[in-house]
Amino acid sequence: MRKIYLYARFQRFWHWMQAFIIFGLLFTGMEVHGLFRVMGYEAAFNVHNYLAVALLSFIVMAFFWYITTGDFRQYLTEGNLVEKIMMQARYYVIGIFRNEPHPFKKNEISRLNPLQRITYLMLTLVGLPLQVVFGFIYYYFNELVALGMDPDWLEPVAHIHTLLAYMLVGFVVMHVYMTTTGHTVTSNIKAMITGWEEVED
Amino acid sequence: MKVLTGRILPVMLVLFAFRPLSAAVYHIPKDSLLSSTADHSKFRQLQREFKSGPEVTKACLECHTEAARQIHRTKHWTWEVPMKDGKLLGKKNVVNNFCISVEGNEARCTSCHIGYGWKDRHFDFKSEENVDCLVCHDGTGTYRKLPAGAGHPAYRPTVQEKKSYKKVDLSYVARHVQNPDRHNCGVCHFEGGGADAVKHGDLDGSLIEPSHSLDVHMASGKDELNMTCVDCHEGQGHQIPGSRYTPLARDEHGCDHPLPDDFPTSCASCHSNAPHKHNKKLNDHIDKVACQTCHIPRIAKERPTKMWWDWSKAGKFDEQGRMIVRKDSMGMPTYITKKGEFRWARDTEPEYRWFNGEMNYVTFLTTIADTGVVRVNHPDGHAGDGKSRIWPFKVHRGKQPFDPVLKHFVKPKLYGPKGSGAYWSDFDWDRSIRTGMQNAGLRYSGRYDFVETEMYWPISHMVAPKEDALGCVECHARKGRLEQLGGFYLPGRDVNPLIEIIGLLVSVGSIVGVLIHSVVRYYTTKKHKEREGEA
Repeated sequence: MRKIYLYARFQRFWHWMQAFIIFGLLFTGMEVHGLFRVMGYEAAFNVHNYLAVALLSFIVMAFFWYITTGDFRQYLTEGNLVEKIMMQARYYVIGIFRNEPHPFKKNEISRLNPLQRITYLMLTLVGLPLQVVFGFIYYYFNELVALGMDPDWLEPVAHIHTLLAYMLVGFVVMHVYMTTTGHTVTSNIKAMITGWEEVED
Repeated sequence: MKVLTGRILPVMLVLFAFRPLSAAVYHIPKDSLLSSTADHSKFRQLQREFKSGPEVTKACLECHTEAARQIHRTKHWTWEVPMKDGKLLGKKNVVNNFCISVEGNEARCTSCHIGYGWKDRHFDFKSEENVDCLVCHDGTGTYRKLPAGAGHPAYRPTVQEKKSYKKVDLSYVARHVQNPDRHNCGVCHFEGGGADAVKHGDLDGSLIEPSHSLDVHMASGKDELNMTCVDCHEGQGHQIPGSRYTPLARDEHGCDHPLPDDFPTSCASCHSNAPHKHNKKLNDHIDKVACQTCHIPRIAKERPTKMWWDWSKAGKFDEQGRMIVRKDSMGMPTYITKKGEFRWARDTEPEYRWFNGEMNYVTFLTTIADTGVVRVNHPDGHAGDGKSRIWPFKVHRGKQPFDPVLKHFVKPKLYGPKGSGAYWSDFDWDRSIRTGMQNAGLRYSGRYDFVETEMYWPISHMVAPKEDALGCVECHARKGRLEQLGGFYLPGRDVNPLIEIIGLLVSVGSIVGVLIHSVVRYYTTKKHKEREGEA
């Protein structure tokens, strides 16, 4: 067993801020959606909008960081991606119960397994931006209608925003659970806090 | 001392610095010389005894030569409003579900007509001297029309409807005239339907001296705005703007007060069409939600208004053959032999409808569908028509007589002496309807029945201070105030069932999935560890 430095300070900061913001957005969003009454509709609405701007800023900041530091290379893969993803998926469905080793070893150059790569990439490039875009269409609905958008779009926009939010709930649940599948149950979470992760030799 | 300088003084300073800034107060008492160029108490024409109202009017017309002719053109005088579609509306023609019809009952109803002597259908609408100047311009508070005097006040001490009326001093009133204040308008508009607060729900005698929370504009206390009716219903040539026949559901002109405008003063005339400075999202509601909807969250705040009037229950007597009066806990009558069954509500929520400004009225000529509830008037409009906004209404419901053969409403004669056929004296519906219809020259099949009706009263008065305005969640929630209002997507209220099911499957599915996965993982890991231990 050895320790490697996986997550730079900015990455950890970004990760936890984004986690906090997404939890806040899901919580306030559910209240606005009428699933429960905790902080009050108006407060939930206002917090949701502030967090939306915060999320957008962090997304922009993260893009800037990944591009300027070249760390985006973590998301690039060589060879047959589908095959690699299947290997990783097979591990979670079968291998993990047979005490098999992780199919891909973590190291400083490659800290993400293929399944993580594709998931995070889809989340960061497709899921969240789509959600942000629909959220902003929702917020600036009156202005967009004034610019010629069909007012009947309110309902589909709201529904897509809701659907994406539910998908995000699914992601959060699985993502939190997956952190326990590292070398030890807490080694992944510790790494995201300290930057250092214990990995198998 | 330390407390004074350390605590009290700074607090007082802060309070002083941030004391509420208020708009200019209306109607500050001022020198009479500043308010008018004429002092009516000095007029030679008014230094005499007057025997009747029309005599006073003749004196008024000596100087105000065109006043009566101006009045003749107002709906206050004609009680008739010609509509674009050719329908003739106005109090004289529409059906209402309170006392049903003016015609046939003139002597009683015209206690709210700005004229003298309209006691039957032969009233002369061209008469100048029959215009009642004083009811709107009385500045003494002593002028009062008799309840059943066909518009005349008490020229001698009179008892009517168990109330005594002193002889009115006409020359005193004539010498003390004024621009109409809330008493003048209120005597009819607060007491419509026969008594205070009965009809509108947002207009009653509590507006004479309202508190800040009752009506933020009309509040009359110290430093309050103290606006009166005519500050918004500002007329010219005796034409008073504001109408329930041609209402303005959306003011697109925005801030235009006090400039001349084709329309009556609306909220936007002073507050503009973007009035919310702190929470701008509220301005996004203005195209769909009338100001009144949020800013008049409750109606009949202090005095109970009538919500239900069932004429079909009228005419019951007790064992001794006496008329019955029953009252509820508020002291309001729930049963009166002459009128039937009532229900009242105080400090209640209005109902909400999409409204584009077109109000549809039924007349006595309209064929009605008597299979369900008949709306004697109703607001037009629906979500997404680009014109309608959500408006608050007092909906007055009840049951009233109609002709089930000819399918139209009937005009029962209610008021009149015994033997005249009047229901309130003879208690015979058939005769009362027959007499009423004959008087109006309308057909009656000889059969009558009762049908449930609804009448819509748009709410615009008793505007609450902003801290009392509706919160978001009052509407943006399931079972909220707009639960019944369809045709549009309302965040917080509406969901797509399919998406909710997907959401449930995704969230519950993922949680159950990881639970199963973790349990299996726990046991297989334990097993492997044990095996490793054995090895």
